Formats: sequence, structure tokens, C-alpha cells
Amino acid sequence: MMGTEFRNLAVPVRDGESELFTVQMGPQHPATHGVLKLNLWMDGETVVRCDPDAGYLHRGFEKIAENKTYAQFLPLTDRLDYISAMANNVGYCVAVEALLRIEVPLRAQYIRTMVAEMARITGHLLWLATHALDIGAMTVFLYCFRERGLLLDLFEELSGARLTTTYTRIGGVRQDVTARAMEKLARFVEEFPSRIAEYETLIDTNRIWLKRTKGIGCVSAEQAVQLGFTGPSLRASGVDYDVRKHRPYCAYDKVQFEVPIGVNGDVYDRYRCRMEELRQSALIIRQCLEQLPPGAIVADNAPDLVMPLARPRQPMAGSSLATGYIELVPNNDVYPEGDVYVSIEGSKGELGFYFVSDGGGRPYRMHIRSPSYIHIGGLATVCEGVLVADVIAIIGSLDVVLGECDR
Amino acid sequence: MEPLAIAEKIKNQFPAEVIEVVESRGQVGVIVAREQIGAMCRWLKDEPELRMDHLLALCGVDYVAKNGTYEVVYNLCSIPLRHMIRLRARVPADDCRIDSVTCLWRGADWLERECFDLLGIVFDGHPDLRRILLPEGWEGYPLRKTYPLRLPAEQEWQGYVQLKELSRELSRFDFYSDMLSNQAKAGANEAKK
Repeated sequence: MMGTEFRNLAVPVRDGESELFTVQMGPQHPATHGVLKLNLWMDGETVVRCDPDAGYLHRGFEKIAENKTYAQFLPLTDRLDYISAMANNVGYCVAVEALLRIEVPLRAQYIRTMVAEMARITGHLLWLATHALDIGAMTVFLYCFRERGLLLDLFEELSGARLTTTYTRIGGVRQDVTARAMEKLARFVEEFPSRIAEYETLIDTNRIWLKRTKGIGCVSAEQAVQLGFTGPSLRASGVDYDVRKHRPYCAYDKVQFEVPIGVNGDVYDRYRCRMEELRQSALIIRQCLEQLPPGAIVADNAPDLVMPLARPRQPMAGSSLATGYIELVPNNDVYPEGDVYVSIEGSKGELGFYFVSDGGGRPYRMHIRSPSYIHIGGLATVCEGVLVADVIAIIGSLDVVLGECDR
Repeated sequence: MEPLAIAEKIKNQFPAEVIEVVESRGQVGVIVAREQIGAMCRWLKDEPELRMDHLLALCGVDYVAKNGTYEVVYNLCSIPLRHMIRLRARVPADDCRIDSVTCLWRGADWLERECFDLLGIVFDGHPDLRRILLPEGWEGYPLRKTYPLRLPAEQEWQGYVQLKELSRELSRFDFYSDMLSNQAKAGANEAKK
């Protein structure tokens, strides 16, 4: 009978330590959610070292911003986290308003809260769809996109675009919501909790799902804070930090909601946190619909879309127009000097804008604190010592978008 | 704790380091010298009244035209105590170096790399300081104010020039005409035989 006798092979087996196997995962790998590239050094199937490689989608947003007026940059914020563009619009405008000291009317605040939560739902639905797809659950994808489609239709009705919305304006929102759209939205939030239950019946007790997610990619609370994680990825580790509660913006201090907190900080807890957040988002939207006050949607002192500049474009002395370098002359008449850091709770985590104004019509410096960038930076630590198949689950659970990461 | 009170506390602890306290839009920025930045951040993180455990954002700003310095801006916040403060460490333009805070916040790793990549500020003690968003061979630091938006064609970055040439070459490939010419060649070869 075969296999009862074993012979010693003459071929020497090398020490696993001495020769690590290198895998370059991405940048075109479908499971890396865009153009993320991971350099993996592996011992068998275990990842010994992981070195994420970012920058494939770098478009120099921060440099562009320095050469555009505040209003001109607004459409580019859509291209940060392009899955939930509305939230970026809100974040950018909230920050610019803090810098330019503009008070936004209450109705616009509520509308912003509403669209930001809609954006969170669209973001989380796409996350759930692709995360489940990565792990091997195909059906969830179709269910999630059904609901996501409804919301994108509503975005289209509000702003005219499904993805690149540019809905907010500095000082308010672009146009008022229609009664018809609000009716649709009310129907959606009425139905949505039952849809979440539907997703959960598909995967919550699925044995394969549990095996792939429970106890995988654990991040302790201390470690998560150290790495700068924010959003659901931080809260799954048991840290109670939500910008909506810590530094309320828009109408978040006027609505009731809970912040779901996880315990173990593994892939499963991050999944649970986001699922609960979906429920809370629906709750917030419902409250916004009930409380939506009448009134103006744009502040009186909101700047025009064509914003005044300190001085018209002029080439620097001694350089030709071809070099295109423009010098801004400090002029306190246009906008007040100073700097400000304002952040919002995007669907991926804390999306922050740090502005420095020198008094000109353009930002002197704008830094975008993008959650995805920091999460991918932390990937190296989280992926150490896990199996290569779990790397996919971990990337999915951190919910990264490369448009936002590379800026 | 109120941001101004935090600034006062920092001033008391590091009297020699604090250059100026600036208030802007209800937020307080403390302009400090770069020498003790590591010790200062450690103190801010460990002091039980402050507990600045969360590094919100780290970025560099070019103030060379104004006062000959770059600034590395640390936005810190305390998750349990819910307050925040901004540190602005001045780095002279002729000696672009500052101590790394990666030993305090591991998340600072990529933020410092980005700052190095875009502004050319060197972080001493950083474990792996190399370009991150831009390609390895990139010349210059784009977020410096002296960096031009557009260069004359002959001064463009070589990597980009090569890429453009390659894409132009590839776009010339015409599937059908190439296929037909190949077929014609094959036919001619057979005829010769």
C-alpha cells in the first residue's frame, strides 16, 4: 500500500527564515480596493513584513489648493473619498466657514447633516459589498448595491450628480431639497433597517464569514490610538472617539444618536460597528427630516462662487508666465489671516482640513488629514504575522479609499 | 481644559521653548522652537491633566518668504479629556531638521514621510524616511513655495518624459493594420518557399 513507508528525501529543506518569499500585491489587484500596492515578505503563508506603497493616485491636491480660490477647490473634494463625496463637501465647507467666520443658516445645517449621513450609508454599503466579496460572499454585493442605488438616485435629485456631487457651498448648500426627494428619503429610512437585517441574515451567522473575521487582525485600543486610527476602525477597538460627539458640527448636537463601540478590535468587530452605524445613520436622517426647519439655505455673508482675490494673477518678478508661479500679496481686506483645523466624521474616519490663510483669496496652505492614508500607514503593523488570505480581510475591514489616501 | 490654559501650562513647563501663543478662530497654536519637540510631545502625552494621546494631523508649512522658517504643525487632541492644542515647531530653512515623534505615535510615521516628501523636512530618528506619494526619483519638494507649478518642457521630470514617450509609442500601435501587415509578410514568406 502506498504511503505507509516514508523515505527520507535527499533534497535538503531550507530554513524558512533565511529565504523570505516576496509578493507584490497590487496595484491592480481587485481586492486592494483601488491602486493600493502591498509589498509582502512571506514565510510560507505567513506575512513577516508588509510595506504598503501609496501614491499611485497622487494628484497634488494640496498644491492645487494653494493656487485656487476656496470656492474653486470645492469640486476637487469630491475626488477625495469618491464613494461618499457628500461628506467631503461638508467637511471642506465646514472648515472654510470656520476660517472665514461664516455662520450657516439652520436649515442648511440640517440638510448637510442629512446628506453627510446619506453619504455614510452609501460608503458603508459599498464597504460591506466589496468586503464581503473579498471574503467570498457574493450575494451581499447585489443586495447592498440595490440600496446604494436608491441613495445615489437621491443624490442625483439633490445635486444633479450621482457621485461627484459638489452639493454644499461655502456658507450653505447649492439648492434647497424638494418635497419629492424628502418623501423618497423618508420612505428609504423607513425601510432601511429591515434591509440591514437582511444583510445580517446573509452573513452574521454564516460559519465561513465568522471563521474569516473573528479574531483576525486584532488591534488593541492602545495600539489603535497610537496608529492614529479613527472612525469605526478605532471604535471597534473599544475607544469612544467620534468627531460628531467630541466636536459637534452641523446639526449633530441637535439630534440623538449612539456611537457603537466594539470590544476586540478584530475584523468582525469592525464589521459589527459599521452595521450598527448604518442603523444610527438612518435614525439621524429620520430626525433631520422631522426637525428640518424652514429658512434660508445660504448665509448672507457667503462668498460668491467667483471669489475676490487679493490681487489678480501676476507672474513673480523675474519669471515668465510659462513658469506660472504666482505670488500672493498679503492683503487683510480680502480674508482674515490665521489658521484653523476642523474635522468631520467621514464614513472612513476623521476627515480633517488644516487651513492657513495669509489674507489672500487663496489658502496659503491646506493640509488634508485623510483617514485612509493613516489607516494604510497602520496596515504594516496590523498585517505583521497574519496569513496572506487575512491581509485581504484586514484591508477590507479598515475600509480604505485610495483617492483619499493619495490625494 | 481650555486651550489657552493648556498653552499657559506648556509655557510654564518649557519657558525657553515657547516663542509665541497665537489664537485663531477659537483654537490656540503654540509656536515653539524645534529643539525640545520630542520631550514636549512626550510631556503633553503623559501629563495626567492633558493626556494628548491622539495625533490628529501633522503637516509642514512653508514660511520661508515670511521669516525664513518652515513650520511643522502638530494638531493634538485628547480623546478622554476632549480638548485640543496645536504645536507649531519652527524649522530654519537652512537646516531643515527636526526630531521625529514616531516613538510616541506610530501613526506619525507616514505623516512625517509625507512631510519629508512634499516639503523636504528631515525627521531625525524616523525609522524609514523616504519618498511616499511621489516616485523615488523625483526632484524637488512640491509644497515649497518656490516650486513652480509648471516647468518648461525641457526641464520636466525625466520619469514623466519617458512615460509620455512610451504612451505615445504604444498609442501608435494599430491592431488591424499590424495584423494585416504581419499576414502579408507571412504570405510573402510562404510564396518565397
